[in-house]
Amino acid sequence: MRYLPHSPQDRETMLAAIGVNSIDDLFAEIPQSVRIKDGFGLPNHATELEVDRYFRKQSDKNLAASGAAFFIGGGAYRHHVPATVDHLIQRSEFLTAYTPYQPEISQGTLQTLFEFQTQVAQLYDMEIANASMYDGSTGTGEAVLMAHRATKRKKAIVSGGVHPQYIEVIENLSDFGSKQVVKLPATPQALGKAEIEKIIAQLDTETSCVVVQTPNFFGELSDFTALADAVHAVKALLIVVVTEIVSLGAVKAPGTMGADIVVGEGQSIGVGLNFGGPYVGLFATTKKLLRQMPGRVCGQTVDADGKRGFVLTMSTREQHIRREKATSNICTNAGLCTLAFTIHMALLGEVGLRKMAMSSHNGAVALAERLAKINNIDVLTTSFFNEFTIRLNGHNANDIVNALAAQNILAGLPVSRLLPHGDNDNLLIIAVTETNTDEDFDLLETALKGAMA
Amino acid sequence: MSKHYTEDHEYAFIDGDIATIGVSNHAQDQLGDVVFVELPEVGKICEKGDEIAVVESVKAASEVYTAVAGEVVEVNSVLEDAPQTVNEGAETVGWFIKIKITNPSDVEGLMDEAAYTAFIAE
Amino acid sequence: MNEKTTNKMNNVGRPSAPNQAESASEQIESASKHPTFTGNKALQINEPLLYEVGSIGQTGVDIATPRDIKTNRLGGLDRTTEIGLYGLSEPETMRHYVRLSQKNFAIDMAMYPLGSCTMKHNPRINEKIARLPGLADVHPLQPQQTVTGAIEVIETLAEWLMKLTGMAAVAMSPKAGAHGELCGMMAIEAALRARYEQGSETKKRTKVLIPESAHGTNPATAVFVGYQVVTIKTRDDGTVDPKDIKAALNDEIAAIMLTNPNTCGLFERDIMEIADAVHDAGAFFYCDGANFNAIMGRAKPGDLGVDAMHINLHKTFSTPHGGGGPGAGPVVLSEALAKFAPVPFVKRQGDRVTLVEHTENTASFGRMTAFHGQMGMNTRALAYILSHGQDGIKQAAEDAVLNANYIKAKLKDVMTPAFEEQSAGFKRPAMHEALFTDDFLKDTGITTLDFAKAMIDEGFHPMTMYFPLVVHGAMLIEPTESESKASLDLFIATMRDLALSAKNKQTNRFLGAPFHAPMKRLDETLAARKPILKWQKPQPQAEAAE
Repeated sequence: MRYLPHSPQDRETMLAAIGVNSIDDLFAEIPQSVRIKDGFGLPNHATELEVDRYFRKQSDKNLAASGAAFFIGGGAYRHHVPATVDHLIQRSEFLTAYTPYQPEISQGTLQTLFEFQTQVAQLYDMEIANASMYDGSTGTGEAVLMAHRATKRKKAIVSGGVHPQYIEVIENLSDFGSKQVVKLPATPQALGKAEIEKIIAQLDTETSCVVVQTPNFFGELSDFTALADAVHAVKALLIVVVTEIVSLGAVKAPGTMGADIVVGEGQSIGVGLNFGGPYVGLFATTKKLLRQMPGRVCGQTVDADGKRGFVLTMSTREQHIRREKATSNICTNAGLCTLAFTIHMALLGEVGLRKMAMSSHNGAVALAERLAKINNIDVLTTSFFNEFTIRLNGHNANDIVNALAAQNILAGLPVSRLLPHGDNDNLLIIAVTETNTDEDFDLLETALKGAMA
Repeated sequence: MSKHYTEDHEYAFIDGDIATIGVSNHAQDQLGDVVFVELPEVGKICEKGDEIAVVESVKAASEVYTAVAGEVVEVNSVLEDAPQTVNEGAETVGWFIKIKITNPSDVEGLMDEAAYTAFIAE
Repeated sequence: MNEKTTNKMNNVGRPSAPNQAESASEQIESASKHPTFTGNKALQINEPLLYEVGSIGQTGVDIATPRDIKTNRLGGLDRTTEIGLYGLSEPETMRHYVRLSQKNFAIDMAMYPLGSCTMKHNPRINEKIARLPGLADVHPLQPQQTVTGAIEVIETLAEWLMKLTGMAAVAMSPKAGAHGELCGMMAIEAALRARYEQGSETKKRTKVLIPESAHGTNPATAVFVGYQVVTIKTRDDGTVDPKDIKAALNDEIAAIMLTNPNTCGLFERDIMEIADAVHDAGAFFYCDGANFNAIMGRAKPGDLGVDAMHINLHKTFSTPHGGGGPGAGPVVLSEALAKFAPVPFVKRQGDRVTLVEHTENTASFGRMTAFHGQMGMNTRALAYILSHGQDGIKQAAEDAVLNANYIKAKLKDVMTPAFEEQSAGFKRPAMHEALFTDDFLKDTGITTLDFAKAMIDEGFHPMTMYFPLVVHGAMLIEPTESESKASLDLFIATMRDLALSAKNKQTNRFLGAPFHAPMKRLDETLAARKPILKWQKPQPQAEAAE
């Protein structure tokens, strides 16, 4: 077997050095009754070529985004990742290193984490950021628990504009921790004036936090400066979720609007679609809440010669030291995805990110205007970044998406896929990025016209 | 002033109706370099045995419990910016809080200085 | 060849041997006597922060000009102030991160014997297939009929994991080991709630038993799910005593969380007796599967009485650690817990595979994460599993255990094996880890940490230190199956040399170590006291002087 260096002679020599007769002697502690004798009825080892062939066959069964006119968003976005990113993250020194617990020989990972934390804090306009969570959804769940700890309260109010699966994660964590979740209805108008008023009406001294998303699940943008003031008036915390990080190249940052915790998905930068994972959870907050923050943090210090260097710090919050009193049970995080994010963001810089954002936004505006002209299609979103919701009057969005998929057009996300209940069957969310060509727009427009006829 | 110690290495130094609470010199030695102290707000009312502060070193974080009930009347704000003060003088400049005692008999059953010295020598 | 030409060649040719004036040791010493202009040391090039080499105006990506539109639709929420992001051109980016990478230690360089972490070889075929467009460039919310190949990969990996562990079901969405623990404990709590709701049990179970040798994630997870932790002592031989478990079991205990093989590198030999006692008391058995590498192919956790166990794909099944993630932590579940598994899960009807994404009409406890889990890790782990096959997986476990015991046997006379009295004559072999204590360093003035830092100078990554907590000055060595005998022999010779050096109180080699790494020891106290967690623009001189 190509991964195992020992020859049979090596094994014999080593067993003799240990002083046992056979390998079975080393497994003597396993009770006789449960020792496996005949294998599992599974295949034996395979050559690299055979393995490659199997995965190519599986890959070929799927419709890749690059092989379609692609308009799906809903918390995961297709952006172009420069080749440099993938080359660098595959360098042995980054790819095959462990968590940087020995800082003298881990400065590569540590310095990039420090750069990552700086980038995240800048994008969100927040004071501090951690070294990542698993993804945006688990980060959001942990943000709610952090707010409960910081305020010593147990009630979260969640906007209907938060990604439905993120809400499910919050509900699941809250359910097991006996915490209360107040959920507002999911509509494209979530976080509009009416919803903000409803949220403010529900605020009380039991409320630990309010969770909102921008752009919301349906694509709508909102200003929540006034909401932040109302939340702070009852000494609760405002948690803002951002599932499309590229939006912050064009839209005012949550920190600027008064958020206490900003959490989101970083997948758009450097990571790719990956059928849902691995992704990278971004997590930022204020200095005041630093010690309530979950996850690893990298900090600057000096070595014995006075040279600047970086270490993992504040680890007394974490499970390996604090055990049952830890701020979270998280250990391994998104390591290599944070590196991909950092490198891609360094390549973009301020200029590149802003251009990428405007390219996505302008494309979305252009497409929305074209689709609005089709009979029986209404564009429901008024202010948006790169994603908007349309209503297909008299048609089921899911059926149309399936029909268009057969023509290699991945037309968007039917709202009913994530929200099967409610009056959502004719709603379709469409996302546009810098990867979409005019030809993609033509294909979608023509196909939708045909399907709606 | 009378000195009293708990088995968890907190002290309560009583002067009139004011108790000064902190961690013992032995405790700071065990913790190593103190990097952070979380203190309560002035005005907080606490029962005997309540968690009143958290002290963190690089390798450990420990809750600090008050040996006496009462109202927090002063906190040592020096510790916020200079937590190393705890290492420099745990039982002097590195005190945590002052409490106005509600029940003077709370100190009964605590160790005096000699008993505590014997306790940590065990 | 005439004499004249020969002379000429000799005169102009470059010297082909080192300058004899300095001996080798003098040359090494002279490195500090010959500081360079740049501060660099040949291949070790210093690299400032992105914010010191890049600028706000620089970019390394060409993006097509945005389409013309009449007015933007940002609703007046335009970001008008500077974000502050710094950029680099493409060649500068390449150099910046290549130089940084060269300050990292990695498995691809040398042995990384970090106990409990299973730092094995990361095959590159895994990386290659994980990047195939049909597996990497697919969206989690595409119509399911356009991603059947991806769903089948999840299904096939699930099938292997169930068969290798002898368990009824597997939850594939947890994103790392600790997330898997959370999932397993939630399934247990869901099953207990069902009992309570059906009225078959009237008292809430609120406590979880955890041995003191456990990973920190175990108690942290139990508390996350709302349980209180009851700590169980480890007995003198490094394992838990079934008597202690039985004494602690009652109708308030929801579960036990036990690592097997345990964190001392030992197989819990009374595990079946423990499992029976736990089940008799109406509780569940959660097994921390961090150390599954030692027994895969030799024993199935299902046969040992386990109800739930997470598997770290990034340990056991070779997906890269990536400097701290991403991982993946699928959780295998017993028959009793299977139906409570989180969404999504794969459902097969004849030729058709689908992902069930909603909890309606199921007993599922809910959702752990958006989307479907760590697909990119699933593909890599399955590539590893298919490459090994059932025969290779068994051989890998055997080699991992053989290597650990070989190290223990070769070092036990100079270092201090933990639980030596039990392992004398190898009546109690180690599993895939060799655990030592710092007894052999007593009175030398050298600590476990000093010893570990000296290993860095020798070109090895240190072993896990000060864990498990039940052993004083613990040194936990896990070689994995990836090391050749030659590699192990060099490691052993090095460790012996270090141990003898320590015993002879040659403290110079240890106290300031590492001497040859890119950095000297770093001040962690300073980092924690005055946290600097991001770069900040230096203040202009006048203000800084205040």
